[in-house]
Amino acid sequence: MIAARLPVALQAAFTVLVTAFLIVPAVMSMLAGVTVQYSRGLSSGLTLEWVVEVWTLYSDTILRSVLIALATLGCTLTIGVPAAYGLQVTGGRIARVIEEIITLPLAIPGLAIALGMIITYGGVGSFRQSSLFILAGHVVFTMPFMIRSVMAVLGVIDLDTLDESAASLGASRWQRFIDVVVPNAIPGILAGSLTVVTLSLGEFNLTWMLHTPLTKTLPVGLADSYASMRLEIASAYTLIFFVLLVPLLAAMQFAARNRATRGRQ
Amino acid sequence: MTANGKGVSLRLENCAKTYPGGIQVLSPMTLEIARGETVVLLGPSGCGKTTTLRIIAGLIQPDHGGRVLFDGVDVTSVPIEKRNVGMVFQSYALFPNMTVAGNIGYGLKIRHVPKAERRKRVDAMMQLVGIDTLHDRRVDQLSGGQRQRVALARAVACQPRVLLLDEPLTALDASLRDRLRTDLNQLFRSLGITTIYVTHDQGEAMALGDRIVVMTKGTIAQVGTPDEIYFRPANRFVAEFIGAANILEGPLQSEVMLLPGGQLHIDGGRTGDTAVAMVRPEAIGIVSPDGASWTGRIQTKIFLGDRLRLTVAEAATSAIVVDASNRLVVQVGDRVGLTVPNGSVRLLTS
Ligand SMILES: Nc1ncnc2c1ncn2[C@@H]1O[C@H](COP(=O)(O)OP(=O)(O)OP(=O)(O)O)[C@@H](O)[C@H]1O
Ligand SMILES: [Mg+2]
Repeated sequence: MIAARLPVALQAAFTVLVTAFLIVPAVMSMLAGVTVQYSRGLSSGLTLEWVVEVWTLYSDTILRSVLIALATLGCTLTIGVPAAYGLQVTGGRIARVIEEIITLPLAIPGLAIALGMIITYGGVGSFRQSSLFILAGHVVFTMPFMIRSVMAVLGVIDLDTLDESAASLGASRWQRFIDVVVPNAIPGILAGSLTVVTLSLGEFNLTWMLHTPLTKTLPVGLADSYASMRLEIASAYTLIFFVLLVPLLAAMQFAARNRATRGRQ
Repeated sequence: MTANGKGVSLRLENCAKTYPGGIQVLSPMTLEIARGETVVLLGPSGCGKTTTLRIIAGLIQPDHGGRVLFDGVDVTSVPIEKRNVGMVFQSYALFPNMTVAGNIGYGLKIRHVPKAERRKRVDAMMQLVGIDTLHDRRVDQLSGGQRQRVALARAVACQPRVLLLDEPLTALDASLRDRLRTDLNQLFRSLGITTIYVTHDQGEAMALGDRIVVMTKGTIAQVGTPDEIYFRPANRFVAEFIGAANILEGPLQSEVMLLPGGQLHIDGGRTGDTAVAMVRPEAIGIVSPDGASWTGRIQTKIFLGDRLRLTVAEAATSAIVVDASNRLVVQVGDRVGLTVPNGSVRLLTS
């Protein structure tokens, strides 16, 4: 209310200031990644040397991260979408309890989930030492986002009645899922997918607990490089991370806006 | 192209429904519906119409002991997708991801009807319900009336054994509802499919039903033709729910009911303490009070165009409603005589 009475110029200045406060450190960090020598500043010249070096040092973590993110997406899609459908049409108390249980990872810190997984499955050596262990953690962590996102859309389109009318026309559960549920849940599936991939790529807490020296992911490698490498390399690494994430974030915004305009029609 | 003579006879046997939480919303109900018949389930909100319809459809199971039979075959445990029923929902539930033709042809596609044949059947259905120009239209670009027709065409495209409709006109405005009611009536006759139609609108029920099942609080109050339900209601609930009814209460002396305004002859009356009877407003005639055996005083007078609606006080324990000729000349406060032809008064079990 007070903001409404402030002069427009002041508001604009304030907005620019806040934005700058958030963006400048990120830009500085990325710039550092392409500066010849950070301590001498930009005047030392620009170079891609650090980026290349990061690639030779850490390309495996980057690839692993992308693969894990895609695999996580695959798992959350194949499990999460049918689960959302099941929960939606079952309804009632049992479905609500199950939904709560699935959503639990949202409320539990990643570290706690990781600890739980290590205690439970840590003994299975081959599993513990493979990237699958991290994948499992990511699936547990991101599943609620996929299910929630799909269920939100299913609730809005009155899926229960659509499902019943498809059933009355002779469609089996599987046919209903393919012909009616999935096509109409696309906005939710899309939004959920982008969230899952973004979260998986950036996940640190849980992954840090679950990783082994041979199964580092990008954010874990990033922490590593911050601790042990020269600043330019860590910064170049950050730059690569941003290049991966920003298009995803933009797509997410776009999908959300699309959904909002469609909802208004 | 019509499905004449299709459909099954239907029997509900002891079908009750108790929802989790232990509330029995449907008492054990037995109901027989003939092949090709249109039966309307009519009753106030919450009386269990939709529940009954969903039991027939196979969307919910009756309580243990209840059975649903199609042509004498027990289908109680057959899931809806195997029952071959056509359903029209109040919200229509058209698939937003398909065109009009896609919606209507969906059931045929599921049944692996070849594409060319499917197209022919879809076109015929669209012709039947009068939407043949909307083939490739998206469903969110349709008016309410058009949606309703698509839903109907989709439901009958596969020649279902039973057609089930749950308040299909409720979402439409009044004038459209009247028009579609007539269309539906013709459609049901030409299709000849066994049809169960749920509504809480007695006008719709009268217009569409070969028989009407009047329900209240999870039980059947009466089953009968529209004529029977209107002129020979089984009890007070049916009398008051269908049309306007004057409920008269008074002591009976053989075939005469004693009322504050005089006496009323009732066929088949027997001496008892108090009896309850019903007479329709249009069955009461207004005559001169001189020599009339039943009289009252005009309390209000409303000109409705096609008739004159009067309320008459002092005739019975509460004011009664009379529909008189629109040419009748009376004034509020006039004393009038009331006549009822033999057979127009019906004794009720209350
Ligand atoms: N899934 C459910 N769980 C519990 N109670 C229910 C459920 N569905 C319906 N009921 C209750 O059963 C009763 C009958 O419902 P039903 O939908 O059959 O009524 P209806 O006659 O179709 O009413 P309306 O005209 O409002 O549609 C209502 O009291 C309703 O609250
Ligand atoms: Mg209902």
